[in-house]
Amino acid sequence: MTAIQFGIFTVGDVTTDPTTGTTPSERERIKAMVALALKAEEIGLDVFATGEHHNPPFVPSSPTTMLGYIAARTERLLLSTATTLITTNDPVKIAEDYAMLQHLADGRVDLMLGRGNTGPVYPWFGQDIRNGIALAIENYALLRRLWTEDVVDWEGRFRTPLQGFTSTPRPMDGVAPFVWHGSIRSPEIAEQAAYYGDGFFANHIFWPKEHTERMITLYRQRFAHYGHGTPEQAFVGLGGQIFMRRNSQDAVREFRPYFDNAPVYGHGPSLEEFTEQTPLTVGSPQQIIDKTLTFREYVGDYQRQLFLVDHAGLPLKTALEQLDLLGEEVLPVLRKELAVNRPSQVPDAPTHQALVARRDAEAGREPTVAAGSAS
Amino acid sequence: MTPLKLVAVTAGLSRPSSTRLLADRLAEAARLRLAEEHEVEVRVVELRDLAVDIANNLVTGFPAPALRDAVEAVAGADGLIAVTPIFTGSYSGLFKSFFDVIDNTALAGKPVVLGATGGTARHSLALEHALRPMFSYLRAITVPTAVYAASEDWGTSGDAGVDGLATRITRAAGELAGLMARRPPAVEPAAAEPAGTAAPFENVVPFERQLAALRPINGR
Repeated sequence: MTAIQFGIFTVGDVTTDPTTGTTPSERERIKAMVALALKAEEIGLDVFATGEHHNPPFVPSSPTTMLGYIAARTERLLLSTATTLITTNDPVKIAEDYAMLQHLADGRVDLMLGRGNTGPVYPWFGQDIRNGIALAIENYALLRRLWTEDVVDWEGRFRTPLQGFTSTPRPMDGVAPFVWHGSIRSPEIAEQAAYYGDGFFANHIFWPKEHTERMITLYRQRFAHYGHGTPEQAFVGLGGQIFMRRNSQDAVREFRPYFDNAPVYGHGPSLEEFTEQTPLTVGSPQQIIDKTLTFREYVGDYQRQLFLVDHAGLPLKTALEQLDLLGEEVLPVLRKELAVNRPSQVPDAPTHQALVARRDAEAGREPTVAAGSAS
Repeated sequence: MTPLKLVAVTAGLSRPSSTRLLADRLAEAARLRLAEEHEVEVRVVELRDLAVDIANNLVTGFPAPALRDAVEAVAGADGLIAVTPIFTGSYSGLFKSFFDVIDNTALAGKPVVLGATGGTARHSLALEHALRPMFSYLRAITVPTAVYAASEDWGTSGDAGVDGLATRITRAAGELAGLMARRPPAVEPAAAEPAGTAAPFENVVPFERQLAALRPINGR
């Protein structure tokens, strides 16, 4: 059992390297994402999560295709998303695709649901952005039923009704993939995660830590309100962005042109202002360790930490070097330090095996973990 | 008794600035009007000092500490004075950008007096055609008198047909003071808090109600 899972998440942007003017092809970028996933397993990370986008300059429009391929080439890595668009994807297709992936990957699958941040995606997929929250709520309510009930009769506001519908394949061992709900700023989504006892993931990249603290505090309180346990027993995941070299000055010098031209926050505050005001950390492995260890001071002990290491045109070689440093110097220390004083009632990171065991315990029956499940 | 909070936002760019001067005159006139019955805290927000922070907030989505402090002051004010130079026939871009980065419910129900400055009086209706609709969108309560100060106004005292600047300032400030005195003390609406605050959320809609709102009318 892993108390806290570490991993990487990637947005899958095709961005020109500002230092060389080189732009990877879509094929190169897709293969680079796969290379990062394989490297993640090699250096001992627990999770790889891909974004989902339906517009250039992003390539990952088909997450389960990519994750299925990675599943075949890995043995231990947990495959996830950041995020799966619960608003514009048909919940029936999400239920089918991720149950299929769950079987192929022997249970090494969960997913993070989000509303997406690209306005035109809604009309492109026949939806209205003004219904964003309502779509997230209704579609997820249906998705859960499709995974937990064998035969579903359903009628809602946004989708064709279903009569006598069975989503296939059924979830592995009869247990649906764990779901995280991701949201940057909507308390309604923290409330949704709390209501179902699901995980809540805070992006934790672009905005000050106080913002993350506020969302997580709400989620933990409402998790307890809905009777899933104490606030400390809620399932919390955090993002984070890092860039490191052995020498901190080298890290700052090398990362600055990528930061200054980054698609999301470039041409705004200086790197120094941004690292001061947000969780972004650029420096030596020790600085990454020190900053990351402060996260639990304001969100409590948590279950998943994902890092962004590969956007803004950083070459694959550089991103792989980041993972080498992460695996050699940062991860062992973080795992050790975050285990110190972690209260025993704080749950371990959710896995398929843990969910099956929990289901069996609640039903008062013998363990039924299927043969072939990863342990 | 808690002092009334009066905040003057000025988008003047020069030092000294006639826009700042107009903001100060309006603030002082309102303070004097209220002073008999109320203690008044006046704060002036100079947007020039926040210009880079405002641009950065447009890019990043969150305010740097100094801007956040100014936004919170505006959101928590009992009354607001908003003064801009008229550029290219309208409010300045800096003035508009500041109100763009504030949550669009932060000014709802808040008494506001509008002011503008310019080289000639020919641009004075920009107050009515540009500023007032913007503050109407924000659901602020703008007082009837908006004050335009052209360069010549600083050296004349009006005539039989036109009130002088001092008279107009006094009238606008009086209208603002009247609304401020009758208004319940400002509470910052939760939604008005800028990104970056750690204050707890208030009024979260319980999930059952969010779900119930979605039930089809003839559904189960």
